[in-house]
Amino acid sequence: MEILVCIKQVPDTAENDIELAKGGRDIDREDMVYSINEWDNYAVEEAIQLRDKVGGSITVVTIGDEEADDVLRRQLAMGADRGLHVCDQALAGSDGLGLATILAAVARQGKYDLILTGAQADDCAGQVGGMLAALLDVPFAALVNQVEVKGQGVLRIGREVAGGDQEISEIDLPCVLSIQTGINQPRYVGIRGIRKVASVEIPQLDAPALGLDPASVGDKAARLKRLDYFVPQGGPGAQMLTGKPDQLAAQLVEILKAKGGLR
Amino acid sequence: MEAVILSPGMLLPTQMLSLVLTLLGLGIFGYLLRRRLAPLSLASPDLRPGTWGQRLAGLLKYWLAQYKQPRYPLAGLLHILLFLGFLVLSLRTLTLILIGFWDGFTLPGLSGQAGHFYALIKDYTATLVLVVVVVAGVRRGLFKPARYAVPPQYGHDHTGEALLVLGFIATLMISESLFEASLQAALNQAGQAGEPPAPGSLAWLMTLALAGTARDTLQGLHLGGYFLHDLAFFGFLCLLPLGKHFHVLTSLPNVLFMKLKKGTVKPVRWGVGEDKLDDLESFGVKKFEDFTWKHMLDFYSCADCGRCSDNCPANAVGRPLSPRFLTIKARDYAFAHYPLSGANLEPEPLVGGIYSEDEIWSCTTCGACEEECPLMIEYIDKIVDLRRGLVDEGEVPASLQAPFKALDKRGNPFGKKEKARADWSQDPDFAAQVEVKLLAEGEHAPALYFVDSITSYDPRMQDIARATARLLQACGIDFGILGKAERDSGHEVRRFGEEMLFQALKEQNTEAIAESGATRIITADPHAFNALKKDYALSQPVEHISQTLQQALAEGRLSFKPLAQPGLVYTLHDPCYLGRHNGLYAPARQVLDAIPGLKRVEMARSQDRSFCCGGGGLMLFYEPVEEARMGQKRVEMAAAAGADVIVTACPFCLVNIEDAIKTSGLEGKMRVMDLTELASAQLG
Repeated sequence: MEILVCIKQVPDTAENDIELAKGGRDIDREDMVYSINEWDNYAVEEAIQLRDKVGGSITVVTIGDEEADDVLRRQLAMGADRGLHVCDQALAGSDGLGLATILAAVARQGKYDLILTGAQADDCAGQVGGMLAALLDVPFAALVNQVEVKGQGVLRIGREVAGGDQEISEIDLPCVLSIQTGINQPRYVGIRGIRKVASVEIPQLDAPALGLDPASVGDKAARLKRLDYFVPQGGPGAQMLTGKPDQLAAQLVEILKAKGGLR
Repeated sequence: MEAVILSPGMLLPTQMLSLVLTLLGLGIFGYLLRRRLAPLSLASPDLRPGTWGQRLAGLLKYWLAQYKQPRYPLAGLLHILLFLGFLVLSLRTLTLILIGFWDGFTLPGLSGQAGHFYALIKDYTATLVLVVVVVAGVRRGLFKPARYAVPPQYGHDHTGEALLVLGFIATLMISESLFEASLQAALNQAGQAGEPPAPGSLAWLMTLALAGTARDTLQGLHLGGYFLHDLAFFGFLCLLPLGKHFHVLTSLPNVLFMKLKKGTVKPVRWGVGEDKLDDLESFGVKKFEDFTWKHMLDFYSCADCGRCSDNCPANAVGRPLSPRFLTIKARDYAFAHYPLSGANLEPEPLVGGIYSEDEIWSCTTCGACEEECPLMIEYIDKIVDLRRGLVDEGEVPASLQAPFKALDKRGNPFGKKEKARADWSQDPDFAAQVEVKLLAEGEHAPALYFVDSITSYDPRMQDIARATARLLQACGIDFGILGKAERDSGHEVRRFGEEMLFQALKEQNTEAIAESGATRIITADPHAFNALKKDYALSQPVEHISQTLQQALAEGRLSFKPLAQPGLVYTLHDPCYLGRHNGLYAPARQVLDAIPGLKRVEMARSQDRSFCCGGGGLMLFYEPVEEARMGQKRVEMAAAAGADVIVTACPFCLVNIEDAIKTSGLEGKMRVMDLTELASAQLG
């Protein structure tokens, strides 16, 4: 099975104190560390497990600047077979449809049976997978938490639906699935693994190489634009606690006791 | 003069029989030994650094003098007596075997007076050994000490094997005495002197009992006793490589090649330098053959005495780890995969086979098992090697992946920013009293205070950092910290098997330390202390704050005011990496005893038998399968000792014990504090 996994480099929420940048259109990126989008990591692990079961190969692709090479290498160390790095300043500022357009161009250059994306990334839009499927005119399933190969050209997939119930579906290949966290336990990638793939050649692709019409991608083509970014104001009923951790905990306990949440 | 009765070495048929038995016994034994040693030739290398002088000293102390045995008084006494019996009687046994076909043989040096003296000694020894065997048999078969029990998940009970071996030893003692006594009884009947057995010994009693027995019967008993001894001896010899009594033979090389440097961790592969690690195909132990030959010898040498697991805190709280069975399962694997006959079996993965992942991650590397083992069997290096194998395969629990990643990106397991590392020193009240220099930012001081991650970032543990800084200032030590240039010492990173991450952290710290220009390093974290001292190759001396304080007290540079609240009882909890791994038991106690009015008691398990608090470093992140918390058990031990205050000297012990006091419902009744907190509060 030939699998394409679309991955993204995002600010690591565990290792950064996320604060808004002054302009109000982005977060403060000074002293920021990046890592692979968590959902994408599960998608790559799922691809590895599928490949190890039924054979084939895995390509990981990312759209991003030179630094994004890091996440590709990490996923190669994890077990992906090859990486593709779409790196072109002309593509910066693409909206979800723009990104899906770029990924569709990448997908058309190969022959993939299965395309995986994470269910969502740092911007919580969760739209690229579905648009990519539409552009490629293949079926799509979102928030997949279970994948089994069911005979030739068919997958059996599971999704958690409202109330925590599990829904099982069949989907024809080729298809696009957006993967939910918890579908597996992603393996650990150590420094040693990353060093082993340090010299692996990762082809860089730009808009011309992908045959992209410059008018369909990049910030000029974006029809969805971010206007503002702010921390919500405390509304009525919201109470912000301040102090040292032990004081915070003590206040919280008092509140919970007072409101009957603790006896 | 004609012999009263004939000895086996006098007649051709018995001579032949003796010779055949001997050759057959040695042949079978040699064959068994060769099969058993087969996996050792496929094992990983093991260089066992150290001098022969050190090795010989270790052999004399731990093997010949049985140094660890008395830690369990009754079992220890019994073993020492049996061991001495074996040593004394080995000469007699050798002689006996040879006289079967070489009549009149005596060992060089054992003729004449020395021979008479030896005969006396060996008679009493054999008698004593028989008594010990009976006591041991009763103890093992009737009283069944709890630590010998085999929990159901670890297979069948081992009492049968133990009793079988005791039976062999008893047979050896009885047959030897019978051989002796039957001859002496016949000589007595003929009015000849012979070599009368030692009065009161087993042989002496038998001689009395046989006084009126017919000469022919005595002749039969003499030869019968001889061949029974021969059979029992070679039977016993060939039984040794088949089970736990292999230690009778392997203990000598196992102790001779024991690990000499406590607290260190073996390299990924002996003979491969740190700069060549990238060239290795695989890391750690994944299959049995990845163990080093010495570690295989460890498996063969285990006497199944159960002392390791009896002291293992992980075992005590019901984690799926028992050092005893870590060894026994590996030995069973070796026996099954390298059978005595037929082809060897294909290697199978160890984790997922005989071991579970949880078992391998459950160890806190506290070293209680190794401290206890009379045979100097190693556990920590094996656990670390197995973890290296798991890390190499990506089999790391999610709870540990997060801190590994944070350590890689930020140099601390919490994912906090590097530039916040010195924030503890910015507390306004503190900063007004104590100046903490930042050595990585152009300031100079001869002493470097290495803070390490938890003390730098954890709001509670930052109290230790401030207390340490106050004490250093009070001792008149000009010191500074590395601040944002400091990285986690990597102590647990290495012990959790992520060697390359450890190497990266070590490299960054080594460079920062060199650039700081410090000539002396002080830390209040025993894990950092052990890492800097044992894992790093630093030129500067490294000391724990308890040593610094001890020295300042001795030189009169430091003194304490009396306790504000006398009447409380204090006890010291020995941190594993200060105590067992570095032998520093006295400094912290001397500091406590220098505080006027402080009453101190010892817990039943203290010093080298200290009970781990639950583990430091990455163990704080791991979510073990367990029935109770180690810290909770430790708090109970402190309560049993009558302590109101537990003093420790390690931030991780403080975390674990503080939590345990809360979960035990003892909040308000008992408290825990770091040695530095207590000492700095008592500054004049």
